Amino acid sequence: MQIRAPPGKGTVFPPIRTYNDRMNDSDSSGMASRPMLNEGGPWGGGGSGGGGGGDDGNPWNQPPRGRPGRGPAGRSAIDELLRRGRARFGGRGGPEPDAGRIALWAVGGLLLVWILWTSSHRIDPQERGVVTRLGSYATTLEPGMRFSFPAPIDIVTKVDIEDIRVKDIPQGGGNSQNLMLTGDQNIIDLAYSVRWNIRDPELYLYELADPDETVAEVAESAMRAEIARVALNDAMGPQRSQIEGRVQQRMQEILDSYRAGITVQGVAIKQADPPAAVVEAFKSVSAAQQQAQAYLNEARAYAQQLGAKAEGEAAAFDKVYAEYKLAPEVTRRRMYYETMERVLAKTDKTVIETQNVMPYIPLPPAQPKPAQQQ
Amino acid sequence: MNVSDNIASRNVIGWAIAAIAAVVVLSSTVAIVPETKQALVVRFGKPDTVYNAYRPNEDFGATGAGVIWKIPFIDQITWIDKRVRDFDMERQSVLSTDQLRLEVDAYARYRIVDPLRMAITAGSERRVEEALRPILGSSLRNELGKRPFASLLSPERGQVMDNIQTRLNRVARQYGAEIVDVRIKRADLPDGTPLDSAFNRMRTAREQEARSILAEGRKQAQIITAEADAQAAGTYAESFNKDPDFYNFYRAMQSYRMTFGTDGTEAPGSSNVILSPDNEYLREFRGRR
Repeated sequence: MQIRAPPGKGTVFPPIRTYNDRMNDSDSSGMASRPMLNEGGPWGGGGSGGGGGGDDGNPWNQPPRGRPGRGPAGRSAIDELLRRGRARFGGRGGPEPDAGRIALWAVGGLLLVWILWTSSHRIDPQERGVVTRLGSYATTLEPGMRFSFPAPIDIVTKVDIEDIRVKDIPQGGGNSQNLMLTGDQNIIDLAYSVRWNIRDPELYLYELADPDETVAEVAESAMRAEIARVALNDAMGPQRSQIEGRVQQRMQEILDSYRAGITVQGVAIKQADPPAAVVEAFKSVSAAQQQAQAYLNEARAYAQQLGAKAEGEAAAFDKVYAEYKLAPEVTRRRMYYETMERVLAKTDKTVIETQNVMPYIPLPPAQPKPAQQQ
Repeated sequence: MNVSDNIASRNVIGWAIAAIAAVVVLSSTVAIVPETKQALVVRFGKPDTVYNAYRPNEDFGATGAGVIWKIPFIDQITWIDKRVRDFDMERQSVLSTDQLRLEVDAYARYRIVDPLRMAITAGSERRVEEALRPILGSSLRNELGKRPFASLLSPERGQVMDNIQTRLNRVARQYGAEIVDVRIKRADLPDGTPLDSAFNRMRTAREQEARSILAEGRKQAQIITAEADAQAAGTYAESFNKDPDFYNFYRAMQSYRMTFGTDGTEAPGSSNVILSPDNEYLREFRGRR
């Protein structure tokens, strides 16, 4: 883009060709000077901006500050020279001054872009920008469009303080077991996650060597300490939420003692199971519970049935008895005859007059009898 | 053409050289101390000054971090981390007083509070960690080995940790470090027999529980059934006892109908009745006298 010559300064093509020839063939010093100038500007700044401090950061402080002042002077001096050269050699000197000027413009332009780029910061609502001025903490930028000195004087580290990070333990999930000892010396397989965010960006950046790993280790330690206080059954069931609360509290205390600048938003136990090796035995317990419940249900059903039957029969007897008392003999007779009638109507009957006959009874072949109903 | 070229490029070269020179001079006389590091300036091999040294509860921005000057080629800077660092102990096998083995993972967090001492005695953070790690391991074994297994799991662990921290701190001070915290990350039963027997214990405990739950269920069911029987008997007795004689007759009639299948049920077997004319029922058959 900068190669293109400004309009009105000779033809476009020949100058470029000569420029290239010169660069490639003869004058090596001219070639060296150009990259050098470039390095003084954006390259140096880029190196220190990425490095974020350290020893090699400072040398590049100079160019951004010094260059804009000196730039115009240097340019005019070169212009002067070029003008003299052009006067001596006529039109043929045209391309060279352009090359020098272009290089300087390019450097200046890049410098300007660099300054604008590194001194204005858009801080999103969930972010804070921590500014270090020559290594030392200067201020924290609130959300909005904010400005600082250009890098590498000021270096702004954006920290997202609202984002709730989730740490899963055991890491990676999968089917790996995370076995812990409980207070009653049983073993539980526990998976949980910790949600946390940054409360204080400066503490977060400056106090801990590895804050993320610290959160994980603190979580593990706090959870194990807590699980070691409760019994297996409590950990698997009713006390889960209390455990979560206590782990969160304990984590917060530990992290505060480290001045971590981190808030633990919550601990969630995702899974609290017996280890795979004994899970069958645990299932048999719940199966036994179901079975016991089934026994009770059957017994209750029987009890209800029996009670109802007894009441029904008693009520029936009472009704009949009430009638019987009104006319005992007749009722008795009637019932007797009715019963005999119904019984004998359905059976084969043999009436034997003589006392001496030996009766032959045609018994049917033996059959398995169905259970007698009541 | 060449002359003008040379003049122009010579000028540019001049600027470049000046810039490079400035950079070189600056870089060798100035250093930037970030908030996260402490700088120990060593002059002629002799530790001279500490910049940005750790002080408890200091405010950032007023800690001594920033630009420092140094004499080129004479002063050398050693960088020492100012932050809380951690080192993990290798897994330790700890034997409790009741001869139970426990695999323990612990970590310690420390920070360098005296960079000068640290630089003299250890040289780097890594060497400090290497020096402290075996001490953490041995004090952990000693402290935990004094206790029964159950108390290793219990809240008393806090006291154990404090003891270890005190002990470790004594050594750490010699290296210019301060132990911020010592914690057991994991405490597990070793793989193999101990773990298997623990599993076995859990399994049998569950089986026992399952059986007792079943037995209890049966017991409750029996009680309910018996109570129902008793109540039904009471109901019957209360009603039937009003006239035992009539009940006997009434029930006999019911029983006959049931037995011979005339109450709507299927009779269990076929019936043949052989009657004598003397029978109560047939008495009228003969005609009354």
